Amino acid sequence: MPDVTKTATAVEDAVALPADPAPAAKQEKARSLWGDAWVDLRRNPYFLVASVLIFFLLLIAVFPSLFTSASPTKGDLVKHFLGKPELGSIGSEGWLGYDGQGRSVYARLIYGTRASIIVGVAVTAIVTIVGGVMGMLAGYFGGWIDALLSRLTDIFFGIPFLLGAMVVLQSFVERTVWVVVFALAFLGWTQMARVMRGAVITVKHADYVHAAKALGAGTGRILFRHILPNAMAPVIVVATIALGGYISAEATLSYLGLGLAAPTVSWGVDISTGVDQIRVAQHILLWPSIMLSITVLAFIMLGEAVRNALDPKLR
Amino acid sequence: MGRYVARRLLQMIPVFLGTTLLIFLMVYSLPGDPVAGMFGDKGADPATLAKIRHDLGLDLPLWQQYWNYMTDIILHFDFGTQIRNGRPITEVLGEAFPVTLQLAALAFAFELVFGIGLGIIAGLKAGRLADNAILIFTLLIISIPVFVLGFIIKMVFAFELGWIEPNVSNDQLVSEMIAPAIVLGGLSLAYVARLTRTSMAENLRADYMRTAVAKGLPRRRVIGVHLMRNSMIPVVTFLGTDIGALMGGAVVTERIFNIKGVGGLIAESITRREGSTLVGLVTILVIIYLVTSLLIDLLYAVLDPRIRYA
Repeated sequence: MPDVTKTATAVEDAVALPADPAPAAKQEKARSLWGDAWVDLRRNPYFLVASVLIFFLLLIAVFPSLFTSASPTKGDLVKHFLGKPELGSIGSEGWLGYDGQGRSVYARLIYGTRASIIVGVAVTAIVTIVGGVMGMLAGYFGGWIDALLSRLTDIFFGIPFLLGAMVVLQSFVERTVWVVVFALAFLGWTQMARVMRGAVITVKHADYVHAAKALGAGTGRILFRHILPNAMAPVIVVATIALGGYISAEATLSYLGLGLAAPTVSWGVDISTGVDQIRVAQHILLWPSIMLSITVLAFIMLGEAVRNALDPKLR
Repeated sequence: MGRYVARRLLQMIPVFLGTTLLIFLMVYSLPGDPVAGMFGDKGADPATLAKIRHDLGLDLPLWQQYWNYMTDIILHFDFGTQIRNGRPITEVLGEAFPVTLQLAALAFAFELVFGIGLGIIAGLKAGRLADNAILIFTLLIISIPVFVLGFIIKMVFAFELGWIEPNVSNDQLVSEMIAPAIVLGGLSLAYVARLTRTSMAENLRADYMRTAVAKGLPRRRVIGVHLMRNSMIPVVTFLGTDIGALMGGAVVTERIFNIKGVGGLIAESITRREGSTLVGLVTILVIIYLVTSLLIDLLYAVLDPRIRYA
């Protein structure tokens, strides 16, 4: 929810790092900022846990049938609300119980992963590209281009994130995954634009940019070969952390009855049905909420680990 | 200083107009017709519909509707009337805003006290057990979506322990608002704690800290004045933008605890296509956001005397 806009402010300050290659004094060979970060990351337990979790989540999203043979949409009303989880037989059809239609909660959990992952990844990709381009142009050219693009960013930033997404979603009759992606990206790009603009401004006066200019490099070459690689670090960090926020936002919109709807299998849909049956059968709400929290946690941990690895001050 | 404020106020005008125009266009591009909606499935005589539309000014071109709407707000503080029941929107907003304001203020106080408190503890003990415990605790809070957190609190404290009522009553007492405020402020609390921690842990190693200790100042003064004042800028930035975010983000919390504030009004206006109510709401939220961000920037100069606004 507003979570997403919040990550921006919380992260921005810590993230404005000098992106020049870190001096590798002790190492036998000089390493780049990214090489250095990689050495640091491999030793970070948070990074390892997050990577394993994300690997499994991606695997589930791509090949759900590897994890369960049950169908997420076929229900047997005899098993209606059959609650008590059989934790002894992990992975069987009914080990997490059944929902109101007698469908396997476990199967729905597995098949629901895809929707959440698609929303998270697609929104992050769109937002990074759109916001990144806007921020890069504003930061590099300055002057009236900056004034124009920054005001445009301010305008979109002024609308409360959740409220804007709700209005956008209401204008679509059929709410597919891609409609939700559009609604979240519509206001989400402002955060990236601000981060990218700040990063580009700190980089653009570096000596190597002047050197490239003196050598007669064109604007495109300077932007993509010299500025972009050095301004990417904070953007990647914010994007990773925001990815978790977008997944959470999708579920929040579904909870409000405005996100994905019934025939689609998603955690948000199950959570919003679970909420109605909270006094009858808690397990319907419990398991998707846990999966959702773990997923968000994994991406936030990854983002923080990358940030700590890239920030020379924290070393 | 005066010139800086004047320039900032001038810069606000295009942002204010742009944001209100954007939400205006978004709301009016929604499918569905609120006027026809008043008559239900049976429908009404087209002449009647046209008459109502004309009275409400909905038959004018869009730019003229926007112009009329904004001039009414700015010149007469008139936000128009609701289509469904003809109530003045100032009255509707006047009912909803105090409730949400109260909720947001409680949540804000909660995140301010506990967020900064936990952040200071973690920052001073960086790398030790207390620090790690606080980092893991805040990480968990951040990853649990607000509505899940709300239901956990409701399940535990209302259904199991019976300490609170599951829903806020119509009187909307302050004591009933505490649990919702904790849910609303929880996420920000985690961010405030982490920001304070990072900022303090970084500044602990600064030269002026060593100087202050070397001068023989008491520890309380070194930490309370030298360290705190220098570490607060990122925290204040976050807190400032959060005031507006708390009010706009109260939709979920208000729905969980059945509070009749701005959040409920937003949801209702969206489904009922009450365009002018929605635009009015956003207009006020935008003003709050713009004013707080200006105040925050002015506060920087108080916290850090090196920052001057010419």
